[in-house]
Amino acid sequence: MTVLAVKKRNSKTATLLLLVGAAYCLLPVIWVLIASSKSASELFSTFTLAPSSHLFDNLADLSGYRDGLYWRWMANTALYAGVGAAVSTLVSAMSGFALAKFEFPGKGFVFNVILAGVLVPGVILAIPQYLLLAKLGLTNTYWAVLLPSFISPYGIYLARIFAAAAVPTEILEASRIDGAGAWRTFVRVVMPMMRTGLVTVFLFQFVAIWNNFMLPYIMLGDDKLYPLTVGLNGLLNQGASQPSMYTAVVTGALVSIVPLIALFLTLQRYWQVDLAAGGVKA
Amino acid sequence: MSLTTPAPSPTIAAARPAAAKKARQASRRAGVPYAFLAPGLLLFTLFLAAPIVYAGYLSLRKVKVSGLGLGAKSRTEVWAGFSNYVRSMTDPEFLPSVYRILGYGLIVVPTMLGLALLMALLLDANRTRPWIGSFTRIAIFLPYAVPAVVASLLWGFLYLPRVSPITDVLEAFGLTAPELLSSSWVLWAVANVAIWGGTGFNMIVIYTALKAVPTSLYESARIDGASELAIAWRIKIPIVMPSLVMTFVFSLIATLQVFAEPMTLKPLSNTISFTWTPLMKVYRDAFVRNDIYSAAATSVVIALATFLLSFGFLKLVGRRAFNQED
Repeated sequence: MTVLAVKKRNSKTATLLLLVGAAYCLLPVIWVLIASSKSASELFSTFTLAPSSHLFDNLADLSGYRDGLYWRWMANTALYAGVGAAVSTLVSAMSGFALAKFEFPGKGFVFNVILAGVLVPGVILAIPQYLLLAKLGLTNTYWAVLLPSFISPYGIYLARIFAAAAVPTEILEASRIDGAGAWRTFVRVVMPMMRTGLVTVFLFQFVAIWNNFMLPYIMLGDDKLYPLTVGLNGLLNQGASQPSMYTAVVTGALVSIVPLIALFLTLQRYWQVDLAAGGVKA
Repeated sequence: MSLTTPAPSPTIAAARPAAAKKARQASRRAGVPYAFLAPGLLLFTLFLAAPIVYAGYLSLRKVKVSGLGLGAKSRTEVWAGFSNYVRSMTDPEFLPSVYRILGYGLIVVPTMLGLALLMALLLDANRTRPWIGSFTRIAIFLPYAVPAVVASLLWGFLYLPRVSPITDVLEAFGLTAPELLSSSWVLWAVANVAIWGGTGFNMIVIYTALKAVPTSLYESARIDGASELAIAWRIKIPIVMPSLVMTFVFSLIATLQVFAEPMTLKPLSNTISFTWTPLMKVYRDAFVRNDIYSAAATSVVIALATFLLSFGFLKLVGRRAFNQED
């Protein structure tokens, strides 16, 4: 066999393996797309991958569940993830900027504490966070989920790297000589320069909050405050006693992943993350 | 929010010597980094540092009931020494959940990172076919957009014999499909959900590191007669090693805290107990049994074990946790 033939065969094997991987990853997504078109009786009886025609009936049923509670969960999730990620990005940008561009006593200590924070397992936080927020009377409110999501040590770590790479020190000097205050310089000069990096920090935190389950599960008792993850978990639990709920669960699962998939496809270029260097190659 | 103090009035400023003015400006400037750090440090203290300290404190406390245990004054909190730790470690359900999570980690972390590395290398070697490359890259990354709860829900249904297409295929060949949610398979079933959800993200991290390498490096190796496999093994894998180390540490931390997947699969499988993983036991102790002290002790133990494993691993490979200097 010639070298060229070996190369061609290798390339075919590589393509085949990649396609198998893609099929494995797409299988549950394709299944939920098909399953949400089935009626309750068809869900467990017809062939798994045979679509039916009840998608709109299922969507109407889902919307009708307890006066549109599902859509309230969707709005809650958007609120938790949107506000949480926005505040967290601003806080990270400010801290990262300070750590990257200033010399001050205690800098090394602060940075090391934040690095240790990156490796803190969330498990140790869950119960004390709940108890501390309960003392403030904030559990079972929007704040219980929002406040802890405002801080992201990993976001600060990333923002520091972006600030160090994207903001030249001379520009800060020039802005100060022009008489601009530190806050003005930060908003008008530094933030725009860090834009690409800050979008990545925002997306990281947005996905983390959107997908979070344990924090809202512990903090919230009122199902009107639930995000989608906790709501769907509750629906599935109900399905165990009334199987007719399963169509709502399946349709709800499909609808819940549409926004994030749309976000991923439109903002693909921001998802090129180098964890070791902490940078984004855009 | 204003981060600069208001400018002093001109008369006072003029009355003072110029040197004092300079010194005042310098000290105001010295406060700037602290002002920028203030919100981050405040939130860090309130929602990370304080809860950790509080968890440690609670783990050493217990409630003492005096008299008949009636009335508000009869229940007081006292120091408990290490009795909560002893109680939580000797709980007959604790060790099985630890073994389970270790087995789970041994399945998930190597499989997920191995697949992520394989797919990243294949994508990188396949640069000549952009269409297949971008399609598979997006398809494999897609599960990252699916919350663990929804991923468990989708796979949970696919595991049910009445729904699973795998059952249909196997039965067509006259074979009996395994009951994926039965006690002998359930660990693999949960592991599969985590592998499905995590491979894509790790693949993108490794792929990004690979793309940063100039192709000229491979070309000279190729001219020297190196095979693609040798290039992958001798050049590419060493280059992405720092990324692999970081993905390993982050995967390890996430794996030891698995909670959403078994909690969601629980209604579909009666083999998953309330104490299936250590974190589920923490949840049950704190919120079902109202024993926050024992739950705090268990979470301190899990957190310490996680720290020891991740730092121990970083020490073992001889790398610092993060490249602290640019």
